[in-house]
Amino acid sequence: MNFDKELDARGLNCPLPILRTKKSLNEMTSGQTLKVIATDPGSVKDFAAFAKQTGNELLSSAESGSEYTFFIQKK
Amino acid sequence: MDDQKKLAIIATKGTLDWAYPPFILASTAAALGYETQIFFTFYGLQMLRKDLGGLKVSPLGNPGMPMKMPFGPKWFKDINWNIPNAVQSLVPFYENVATTLMKQTIKNNGVATIPELRELCQEAEVKFIACQMTVELFGFEHGDFIDGVEYGGAATFFEFAGESDICLFI
Repeated sequence: MNFDKELDARGLNCPLPILRTKKSLNEMTSGQTLKVIATDPGSVKDFAAFAKQTGNELLSSAESGSEYTFFIQKK
Repeated sequence: MDDQKKLAIIATKGTLDWAYPPFILASTAAALGYETQIFFTFYGLQMLRKDLGGLKVSPLGNPGMPMKMPFGPKWFKDINWNIPNAVQSLVPFYENVATTLMKQTIKNNGVATIPELRELCQEAEVKFIACQMTVELFGFEHGDFIDGVEYGGAATFFEFAGESDICLFI
């Protein structure tokens, strides 16, 4: 999947992946896509909840081994 | 924005472990678009000090706290050091040792530090209000606290809390 920016949130624990994501999205323009890689197992539910509450769209959420990859499109 | 959700928190604890919930919830709420205020009162004032070195964790009288070492082989890390209160209370600097170990555990787990979370809250425009009455009661001065803190009383808290969607006492 194409993306405009990538955020490496590996090794970070709650709430840092979400806070860094929010910060990255602030620096992007509407319609752009952010790719986030995380290792926090809680991030799967957290990213879905973040997208639902902020209106940014979670285009995909995938798990591979101990890593989680999210694609979020800025509102 | 009138339809913006609001979160009001009262932070009353002054230990390292209990500094986490207010700052985690406030920074996350801000990231989710909430307007957020934290009212710091009594021991919670410790969280606003310029020097956060006074925030410690105490396993004494806290049966819910697992005491595990943040270093060494796995079998060693898995041991829960169940030390009786009577012994804990007699060991000099026990809290300092426990705090050092806790900070290492926090680092090992990729958990943010309190100074980091506090800064993230400030960046996200979380409003910090210190209870003026307890500032005076404990002999603090405004100069002891970080910049950007507002000082007020219970009525100041209710002005915001009365319109909040979520209100927490921590």
